[in-house]
Amino acid sequence: MPHGGAQMRDRHGRPIGPGARVRSGEDLGTVGRLEPEYGTLTIIVEGRTGKSEKMVRASAVEVIEEAPPPQAHPATHEHELGFVQRYIFSQDHKIIGIQYLFTSLLMAAVGGVLAMLIRMQLGWPGTKWGLAAALFPGGFAGGQMKPDFYLAVVTMHGTIMIFFVLTTILSGGFGNFLIPLQIGARDMAFPWLNMMSYWLLVPAVIVLLASFFVSGGAAGGGWTAYPPLSAIPAAAPGSGLGQTLWLIALAILIVALLFGSLNYITTVLQLRTRGMSMMRLPLTIWGLFVTAILMLLSFPVLFAAAIMLLFDRLAGTSFFVPSGVWVGGRVLEHAGGNPLLWQHLFWFLGHPEVYVLILPAMGMVSDIMSAHGRKPIFGYHFMVGSIVAIGLLSFLVWGHHMYTSGMHPLVAMGFMTTTLAIAVPSAVKTFNWLATLWRARIHFTAAMLFAIGFVSLFVTGGLTGVFLAQPPVDIYMQDTFFVVAHFHFVMASASLFGVFAGIYHWFPKMFGRMMHEGLGKIHFWLSFVGIYATFFPMHFLGFAGAPRRYYAVSPFEFLRDLQPLNVFVSLAAFGLGAAQLLFAANFVYSLFRGRRAERNPWRATTLEWEAPSPPPHGNWGETLPVVHRWAYDYSVPGVVEDYLPQTAAAPVPAGTSGGGGDSA
Amino acid sequence: MANGPPRDSARTTGLLLGGLILGMVVLGGVALTIYARGRWWLPPLASAHGEAIDRLFYATLAVTGVVFVGVHVLLALFVMRYAAAGEGRALYWPDHRRLELTYTIVPAVALAIMVALSGVVWARVRLTAPPADSLDVDVRAEQFAWLVRYPGPDGRFGRTDPRRIDHRTNPMGLDPSDPAAADDIVSRDLHAVVGRPVRVRLRSTGVIHSLFIPAFRVKQDAVPGVTLETWFTPTREGEFEIACAELCGLGHYAMRSKVIVQSQQAFDAWLGEQKPSLGSGQ
Amino acid sequence: MLASDWGGGRSPFGVGWPKLMMWLFLIQDTLTFAGLLTGYGVIRLSLGRWPVQGEVFNLYLVGFMTFILICSSATMAVAVAAARRGEGATVIRFLLLTVLGGLAFLGMQAYEWTHVIGEGARLFTNPWGVPLFSASFFIITGFHGAHVSAGVIYLLITARRWARGRIQPESVEIAGLYWHFVDLVWVFIFTLLYLL
Ligand code: HEA
Ligand code: HEA
Ligand code: CUA
Ligand SMILES: [Cu+2]
Repeated sequence: MPHGGAQMRDRHGRPIGPGARVRSGEDLGTVGRLEPEYGTLTIIVEGRTGKSEKMVRASAVEVIEEAPPPQAHPATHEHELGFVQRYIFSQDHKIIGIQYLFTSLLMAAVGGVLAMLIRMQLGWPGTKWGLAAALFPGGFAGGQMKPDFYLAVVTMHGTIMIFFVLTTILSGGFGNFLIPLQIGARDMAFPWLNMMSYWLLVPAVIVLLASFFVSGGAAGGGWTAYPPLSAIPAAAPGSGLGQTLWLIALAILIVALLFGSLNYITTVLQLRTRGMSMMRLPLTIWGLFVTAILMLLSFPVLFAAAIMLLFDRLAGTSFFVPSGVWVGGRVLEHAGGNPLLWQHLFWFLGHPEVYVLILPAMGMVSDIMSAHGRKPIFGYHFMVGSIVAIGLLSFLVWGHHMYTSGMHPLVAMGFMTTTLAIAVPSAVKTFNWLATLWRARIHFTAAMLFAIGFVSLFVTGGLTGVFLAQPPVDIYMQDTFFVVAHFHFVMASASLFGVFAGIYHWFPKMFGRMMHEGLGKIHFWLSFVGIYATFFPMHFLGFAGAPRRYYAVSPFEFLRDLQPLNVFVSLAAFGLGAAQLLFAANFVYSLFRGRRAERNPWRATTLEWEAPSPPPHGNWGETLPVVHRWAYDYSVPGVVEDYLPQTAAAPVPAGTSGGGGDSA
Repeated sequence: MANGPPRDSARTTGLLLGGLILGMVVLGGVALTIYARGRWWLPPLASAHGEAIDRLFYATLAVTGVVFVGVHVLLALFVMRYAAAGEGRALYWPDHRRLELTYTIVPAVALAIMVALSGVVWARVRLTAPPADSLDVDVRAEQFAWLVRYPGPDGRFGRTDPRRIDHRTNPMGLDPSDPAAADDIVSRDLHAVVGRPVRVRLRSTGVIHSLFIPAFRVKQDAVPGVTLETWFTPTREGEFEIACAELCGLGHYAMRSKVIVQSQQAFDAWLGEQKPSLGSGQ
Repeated sequence: MLASDWGGGRSPFGVGWPKLMMWLFLIQDTLTFAGLLTGYGVIRLSLGRWPVQGEVFNLYLVGFMTFILICSSATMAVAVAAARRGEGATVIRFLLLTVLGGLAFLGMQAYEWTHVIGEGARLFTNPWGVPLFSASFFIITGFHGAHVSAGVIYLLITARRWARGRIQPESVEIAGLYWHFVDLVWVFIFTLLYLL
């Protein structure tokens, strides 16, 4: 099939050139960009409200005026869009990615402050906190934190960190920014939907944060919101309006994320530039792509469950509330529901969701490790295979969160098998990273340090998952701080380190400036030590049997001796939190004052580094880049430079049948 | 690196990072675990089936401990050894099928063994029915307390009805119209006999709770609307705390009770002193 | 490699992105319905008793509604085929027929809802005993009805844009995908909610 370079023709078969004036339906516009490969063109339409862009199919327009001489119209035309369209209601994937990034970082700061509140209470229960009490008057009584406020803080901390920080920063931030750039496209398939995705995130955030200020306070049923607790307003102060807003915020967020995933999947499948076969995609893209599929398949189910729970709360239905429930001294009207139904629906989402938080980080770490280690990623095919395997298996393990819920013991055995099976692809990834480091030439940039830290933290956290996966052991560990330690290592540590690595690595491309390396390294040392100091001792809290979501451990004799450990954890957590201020300072400083970045400061191979820093609207000049090799040609023998960009046409020297040569 | 740091600093950073991984993560982790073994550890075991669980726990600790140390030592060695210093290039080594298959298959086999071992333990603790001479108790969770009921001389539990719950006169909500309920005994603590299996019927009035007896390695959610069963055999006399392990609201952290394990005589004496709940006003 | 379907530079499925995206959206929507229907199934199985639907609903009416919806799928198929052949007027005519089918369906559904509400059914209670019966009925048929309404608007917009020559036959096809999906879901709902 003839492809590429083809002359684009309008409805009547007349050729369209760059800058031609065309009519599409009622609109009259100038052709901004032609994409013969896809038969699409972007036209700039002048309307009452200013100029806007539209993507149309060539065969739907008619040419009114032939193109002027080519040099009169540059390929990029960002100067033609107004400020609002460029930076606020932008349809440019890079701006949307950065919007997601900023929003997520702000939410991380909120979630971090909440974490500090948790640690204040757990370290020194019953202490009077003047300043915090002044800041959150509703949450403190006589200077002491109230139990309902503690639960609201824990719930919001978990919700914000999982859904509004890591999900949004990885898929929304890095996904939007990197997917088109790394596959050689000009934008997402459907930029308008992309913009909508971000502008749905904003109301979701507002609704969620607003719930702190309603009567009864924010939701207090945990990020898992198990009914009946979350379904019955009388069951707890946090089950009032706060819980309703929590559900609404989540429902809006789900729609936003689904819009996003539709775009990511379609874009990766359809808009790869010439030569960018699936098996030449950088692992970052593989991670983001499988993540988008996971989101597409799991979030709708949570959406349905959230709708049912909302109806239970607002309209008196009883999907999740059984008959004869006695709360607050009286028997409720509800009848016939099943509380475990929620747990199944929730974890059917919830478990894939945790891999949504790790797969993109795994991909980014692989790419960063390869670029800063000047060595091809080891075992690319196995890396891709393990990402896909983890994605598939993640739909079959949700029951491991429910071993103590009363499920049939044989079912539990099935879930144990699938859960432990996930450790196999995870092992492959771990050992592949190690093999990548072997005989590498490691440049210890901040990005690389965080990537190496990621491996350590992921292994530590993953191994505790092996305890939890076995029902007999999990019976003891379930809902103790051992679980808290587990998921803070894999998620709050490993994924977070992946995010930091990604920010240090791609900041130059996003903003055209370098981040301060020295500060970045200090940030790494403090975070690495701080994270181990904070979360490692939590394992022992769990061994000792300390349940999670406890306002204080003091009522129990068997937990009394844990207080010193809690104090230590709290102190470490404050140190860890303070270290993040360094990051925030570095981020803001570098945004305005950082050293100007070159096009390819890390001398990396992937496509985004072929575009200017920051890339202009449309990313590429007149023509799309063409890909000739996989993304990991570092230190190729017989080549002068120690890397070959994906666009380099020179053949791979004989005898080094790389995992991604043309033969792949 | 075009503008990277000078090269000998890369070596220093590598040594520092490797040292940190060896010193803090590996040595620190192992040392802290050994220290914690004497202080912050599983509470002393007091039930029969807990033995198999603890053994499984230690086996897992050993396996994961070895992997933990092994992976971190390799990681530390590599970052120390392969810093970008001096001349020379990284090795162009994109893959090696045999090596990759090895480290796919070896963990897979290890994990399969683990599945088998814990499957056996699981079958032992969960798939076996409690012996016929078990002590039957009915445990009911509410916000935020545990209530334990014994069937009384007739050996049968009477009907309950949440509509009849009254905190002072009838906390269990016993139904007086059921004759079997008349002699039911209700207590705040769970009294059990050493060496005699206890079969717990677990219920909840309102939200989900979870019966957690750390020393027995027992945890079972109490789900409203259904009755779930669990059983265990206490092996030591003494008092053992019961906690709630599923978030149930404000008082979740204080939902405390205890198991009192006694000799058969002491238990019989205690039971003899108890008045039936209905009509006792307590 | 450069020439293969998956080699980049072209669509591996030979379809434009809008159609692929519609497929993905439908997968996503299927799962939303699956979530709701699973919830309904679990509740119903765990309850054990359920009103006899034949006594509550007029199954002739519902059967007729189903018939109308299936007919509208047929007219939609004709519109799509006409669009491919470029027969402008036929496309409009059959799109409008499809819209008519959708509206008829919605009208009958509104009638059915009014009837059931008139008998005393509410979201959280109903005269036939099991409260979750009416809850699942209203939520599931309501969610589907919302899809049909959205579909009617979508088809009207498509017809208008086709009339003005602003869209390709592919866009009509995509609208058709959505419409067939909504019909297919109804068949499931009809079976699970009314018949079983
Ligand atoms: C990024 C997120 C993330 C990731 C990647 C994982 C990864 C894993 N998780 Fe985790 N998990 C969570 C986030 C995550 N988890 C969260 C948030 C919760 C709690 C939710 C809540 O209740 O609030 C949770 C809870 C949770 C539970 C339920 C605990 C309970 O509530 O009782 C279980 C039980 O099976 C479990 C298991 C696992 C396993 C087996 C893995 C595996 O994928 C790990 C695999 C990795 C390795 C094993 C390490 C590398 C491997 C090797 C070096 C090879 C050799 C190893 C051996 C041979 C042993 N997790
Ligand atoms: C991504 C997930 C994530 C992250 C990063 C964290 C981070 C932290 N978490 Fe938490 N946590 C959860 C997810 C996460 N957590 C979840 C899901 C729960 C369960 C909730 C539930 O039970 O329902 C939980 C629960 C939880 C508990 C248990 C409470 C209980 O059960 O009683 C504790 C207790 O110590 C805790 C502590 C901490 C600490 C000290 C940090 C520290 O790492 C925090 C350090 C601070 C930061 C990481 C902030 C970083 C800020 C920036 C990077 C911003 C930079 C800003 C700009 C540039 C503007 N968390
Ligand atoms: Cu009861 Cu927690
Ligand atoms: Cu899980």
